[in-house]
Amino acid sequence: MKTQRRNFLKIAAMAVLGWGVRPASELMAAGGGTASEGLLFASRHKVHAGPNTLTASRWAMVIDTAKLNEKVMEDIVHTCHSIHNVPTIPGNQNIKWIWETHMDHLFLEDLHEYQPEAGAKSALALCNHCDNPPCVRVCPTKATFQREDGIVMMDFHRCIGCRYCMAGCPYGSRSFNFMDPRKHLETTNPDFPTRTKGVVEKCEFCAERLAEGKMPACVEVSEGALAFGDLADPESEVRKLLAERFSIRRSPTLGTKPCVYYLV
Amino acid sequence: MLEKAINGSKIYWGWIAFLLLLMSIGAACYWQQLSHGLTITGMSRDVTWGFYIAQFTFLVGVAASAVMLVIPKYLHNYQKFGKILILGEFNAVAMVILCLLFIVADLGSPQRLMNVLLHPTPNSVLFWDMVVLNGYLLINILVGWVTLEAERKQVAPPKWIKFFIYLSIPWAVSIHTVTAFLYCGLPGRGYWLTAVLAARFLASAFAAGPAFLILVTYIAKIFTGFDPGKGVLSTLGKTVVYAMCVNLFLLLCEVFTVFYSQIPSHMAHLQYLFVGYHGHGVLVPWMWSAMIMAVVGILILIDPKNREQDNLLIIGCLLIFIGAWIDKGLGMIGGGFVPNPLHEITEYVPSQLELGVSLGIYATGFLVLTILYKVAIGVKQEIE
Ligand code: SF4
Ligand code: SF4
Ligand code: SF4
Repeated sequence: MKTQRRNFLKIAAMAVLGWGVRPASELMAAGGGTASEGLLFASRHKVHAGPNTLTASRWAMVIDTAKLNEKVMEDIVHTCHSIHNVPTIPGNQNIKWIWETHMDHLFLEDLHEYQPEAGAKSALALCNHCDNPPCVRVCPTKATFQREDGIVMMDFHRCIGCRYCMAGCPYGSRSFNFMDPRKHLETTNPDFPTRTKGVVEKCEFCAERLAEGKMPACVEVSEGALAFGDLADPESEVRKLLAERFSIRRSPTLGTKPCVYYLV
Repeated sequence: MLEKAINGSKIYWGWIAFLLLLMSIGAACYWQQLSHGLTITGMSRDVTWGFYIAQFTFLVGVAASAVMLVIPKYLHNYQKFGKILILGEFNAVAMVILCLLFIVADLGSPQRLMNVLLHPTPNSVLFWDMVVLNGYLLINILVGWVTLEAERKQVAPPKWIKFFIYLSIPWAVSIHTVTAFLYCGLPGRGYWLTAVLAARFLASAFAAGPAFLILVTYIAKIFTGFDPGKGVLSTLGKTVVYAMCVNLFLLLCEVFTVFYSQIPSHMAHLQYLFVGYHGHGVLVPWMWSAMIMAVVGILILIDPKNREQDNLLIIGCLLIFIGAWIDKGLGMIGGGFVPNPLHEITEYVPSQLELGVSLGIYATGFLVLTILYKVAIGVKQEIE
């Protein structure tokens, strides 16, 4: 009886503390290791792997800003948006999965005016697939969730369009379908679903391609500017790049633990 | 008791017809929104919450104000408030209904609303907001109806209702605290990332809510001759002015913290709201009007002699109510999104259709309020 009650109290207390308390299995401290456990309630989802599926403990992307140029960036954005049926909508109710922006918008606190080309230089912005994602924490329907391999995914069919995740994401990585996106598609890729009005969407690290054994589309067309791999594997390309070069992340002080790294 | 709602004067029916007209305008605008999506609003990729969510935030405060009558009456045995207590409770019912309607109007996919219940998500504050709002609605319907029924039969209300009356006190605090928690705790949104947000919300609620109650009680008095009793409204006016003082004090705390620390991402929002930021500042005149109204309202109401005079009490309450509405119904949400975390500036102005939908929702709330007040005051006059 007594232990039962104590257990109950323990669970209740944990439930109350809930989202604030995260196990301290710090990813980097362990020199890689496995993905840290998710929020108590917003627990991570299992990845259903097929025979060809590329798997990892913690997917991450490394962007080499020195190798980016106008043409590469245009190709990347175009490729991602066309295969994922991202509409081109003029104005500020637009949809962006990956886009080009000034370095000083990306790294508000890290750059200064005396850096060569600071501000003038551009780089790519996309969802950081944060290890401690606020968008997952705030979503009231679990339409935004995180997989065990770290990818932050969206269930377009469950999303109620409350846009709480957009207020929660400090990187502006999410877009909302203010209008019917299909009207703004010139061509449609039949292999990927189109969305409807009233739901949020964003980059999903090409989870659908990983399932088929393919690398993310943006990485494929990046001419070596983008690398993708398993952060937990010391032999992976991303880990090697991070070991060789100096890298920064967007707003790391916010505690979201972004998994997109920029080589500068 | 509902039959009281269908016996009314020409003015009463005229008012109802007017509200129905506004509701149909709102419905027509909402139909546009349903077929074209939220693109009909002024919201954008950067400012993803607008007028709807701001109205909800403001009205939660007006709903919570009933507690400013319940506490004196039940915890301090201040019987004078007994007469208008029911007005406070029914006001809360109407305001929470307004809040819920504004939330639904804001959803991109309202047809999936039930997903919040089908996939309950305790780590989302929005889930808890839904729980406390609906709970508060039920508590106030129950308490209001049971006490009114007892009053009508001229018997003491049943003992068990006391439990719900006392429960309504922390619950009222909870609805506004949880609503503030929707905003604070979001990384990268400097304007909301402050521990005094919930306290500020409560302070402005306990100013704007009772101010609204005072105003509608005067309106009820004009049309029905309902007499709230001597000194009741001026006493309530005391709550209004003190709460507004606390609210302004908390705002000053905020201003000091932000500007003494000189952290740009925290300063930017207040600069945007009060002096403009990189040439953008649609809200600047609004925010200054709000400040002036709040200060003038305080100056009027702080003097007890002024609170005894009907005209001055009305003017003071009106100023404070409008001031609080601008601060929360325009500045709090819009200002929190501008500039965005990437330091880009996209301003927000509600569109006409958005305002049309809001008008319809407000009319619906006032319809509920009118009917409930009609019943309550009818019962009170019947037993006199
Ligand atoms: S970048 Fe934004 S949307 Fe992507 S995981 Fe992080 S918080 Fe979520
Ligand atoms: S908009 Fe959709 S994904 Fe975002 S928080 Fe709401 S339900 Fe979740
Ligand atoms: S990982 Fe895939 S979805 Fe994400 S930006 Fe690259 S191509 Fe687009």
